[in-house]
Amino acid sequence: MLDIKNLQVKAEGKEILKGIDLHVNAGEVHAIMGPNGSGKSTLARVIAGHPEYEVTGGEIQYEGRDLLAMDPDERAREGVFMAFQYPVEIAGVNNAYFLKAAVNAKRKHHGQPELDAMEFMQLIQEKSTLLDINQSMLQRSVNEGFSGGEKKRNEIFQMALLEPKLAVLDETDSGLDIDALKTVASGVNAMRGPERAIVVVTHYQRLLDYIVPDYVHVLSAGRIVKSGGKELALELERKGYGWIETGAEPVGA
Amino acid sequence: MTQVAEKLQPWIAVVEQRPQGGVRWLQDVRDKAAARFAALGFPTVREEDWRFTNVASIASREYRTAPPAPVTAAELEAVPYSGLPLRLVVVNGRFSAELSRLHGLPQGVRAGSLAAAVTGHSDVVPRFFAQAADAHSRAFVALNTALVEDGAYLYIPDGTVMEQPVEILYVAAGESAVDDMIQARTLIVAGEHSQSRIVETWVALRGGAYFTNAVTEVFAGANAVVDHYKVQQEGLDAFHIATMQINAQRGATVSSHSFSLGGKLVRNDAEAVLDGEGAEVTLNGLYLADGDRLVDNHTTIDHAQAHCPSHEIYKGILGGKARAVFNGKIIVRQDAQKTDAKQTNRALLLSDDASINTKPQLEIFADDVKCTHGAAIGQLDDDAIFYLRARGLTYFEARDLLIHAFAGEIIDRVQIEPLKQALEAELYAQLAKDLAEIDAA
Repeated sequence: MLDIKNLQVKAEGKEILKGIDLHVNAGEVHAIMGPNGSGKSTLARVIAGHPEYEVTGGEIQYEGRDLLAMDPDERAREGVFMAFQYPVEIAGVNNAYFLKAAVNAKRKHHGQPELDAMEFMQLIQEKSTLLDINQSMLQRSVNEGFSGGEKKRNEIFQMALLEPKLAVLDETDSGLDIDALKTVASGVNAMRGPERAIVVVTHYQRLLDYIVPDYVHVLSAGRIVKSGGKELALELERKGYGWIETGAEPVGA
Repeated sequence: MTQVAEKLQPWIAVVEQRPQGGVRWLQDVRDKAAARFAALGFPTVREEDWRFTNVASIASREYRTAPPAPVTAAELEAVPYSGLPLRLVVVNGRFSAELSRLHGLPQGVRAGSLAAAVTGHSDVVPRFFAQAADAHSRAFVALNTALVEDGAYLYIPDGTVMEQPVEILYVAAGESAVDDMIQARTLIVAGEHSQSRIVETWVALRGGAYFTNAVTEVFAGANAVVDHYKVQQEGLDAFHIATMQINAQRGATVSSHSFSLGGKLVRNDAEAVLDGEGAEVTLNGLYLADGDRLVDNHTTIDHAQAHCPSHEIYKGILGGKARAVFNGKIIVRQDAQKTDAKQTNRALLLSDDASINTKPQLEIFADDVKCTHGAAIGQLDDDAIFYLRARGLTYFEARDLLIHAFAGEIIDRVQIEPLKQALEAELYAQLAKDLAEIDAA
């Protein structure tokens, strides 16, 4: 599904990713861990197509297509989804209206009829229970005045509505208390399936107690320095990132 | 003789030929205003209030006083905003009984010709006419007052609740080959405890570089509720200079929403005096300009008495080489303790060549007051664009959604559904045209 080869990325002239290789198959959940500044969020945002990054080398194949050649909105309509670390507040745009526009943009792209207001409300009903999305969150402006937990739930709610093939969760656990974390995790787990790949970007092991990954990769200074199974996350939790950063066991360097 | 005075000569001649006769008090008002206009002349960019708006193109032009013009009801149906059931129609500054629809007005309400009201409602009109608008120090008000012949008059008696909104539809119906000058005058008197919704709409049927000079006075008696709208959609070569003066008595609640969509050079002076304790005033505005058009909004909220809240949000969307000016003055007089004034001013620049000059101006003479103001000028938010694109909306869809949301904050406050729909249609059609031009470039 996702094939990243030797990806090198700059932002504001500074080299951030220095040759990333990552292969993710449908049905798999990968966790990308790493200390602050290691480039985890950059990787997530480059996959989503954020314009502030410059890809200076390497490639990203998504379902055999050149992902980097696609506009961010085309990526989204083709099934790439990033849950934002900092969901953007958009004053004056009703959340329900926005969600419907997003769902219909994708449906139109795939030649499906657009949902009318009734059909969309049914879809909302169906998907909202698990993530505890209430009427007021739907009727307010997108993310405006939402609490940290509401913002993250709204992100995963969008994921549930858009049913992406590839979901990248950028620090979805940041700023969440334990109850909100469980709600968000159960929303993500409900989306796990053989057709879908999920990449979880996180600093802490905590989220991975609830979203158990198949693979864990450790990113440090723009490179994946260690890959392993879910037990790697526990090892990191025990030993901290210092163990990796000292370069004792560099992998793929 | 100075150059300025030379240029003023034809204008002095115009005011010398002002309407004569009729009731004595009105002639006195005209005569005084004429003398003031001659003394003041047109404002120049050396005056602080006109620094960014040069009216030399008006001053140096010779106009014909717009004659009565035949307009048919069918022609009128084609103009936007003409659909409200109750309407006063004013063509080239003159009230038209044939085109107006005034059936079903509540008892005691007067709606119609200002000239007729001068004699027909003589116990009320002299108490209010020219009492709020300043013909002494404002040249355009003086010019309008000196030349006043007719206009619109609306009087709502004490305690009367108007269920239906009243529209005052001002139609410019000149000939494109001649530059017409239209003096438009409006007097609105809302009695104590009355409730009303009033829509002023300014449209053009014909005519090129005509010049509308409008003065509207609104008096809201104690505890009156007045919901006022002004929709300005003059011809794109027209000059529109307008002064609106609101006087709100004790406990009155007055809101005025200004929508400026047309005109080549537009100047709105919107002023409200909170003239009794507990009065509340809202001045909101939305303006749109493209090409090389100029829209200048000068607002003044004058807190003359204590315990008065005021609210103000002005927003603009500018494309092409359009220019805008926003000057929001808030005066808090010495007695106006417990004033609570809020002002926000935002503009969205769709092109690199569009510009705005903006200034809040607070003059506070009381010590126990709350005044907040904020201004934000800029392009669309890149983060918001990316967020929407990351959910599958194209760049164009994302941009249009954000622009509509920006305008929607003001349009959504319109409490008259057909007006709101007409405004949305007109505004979004203009925006679509502007954005298509930007995309093509």
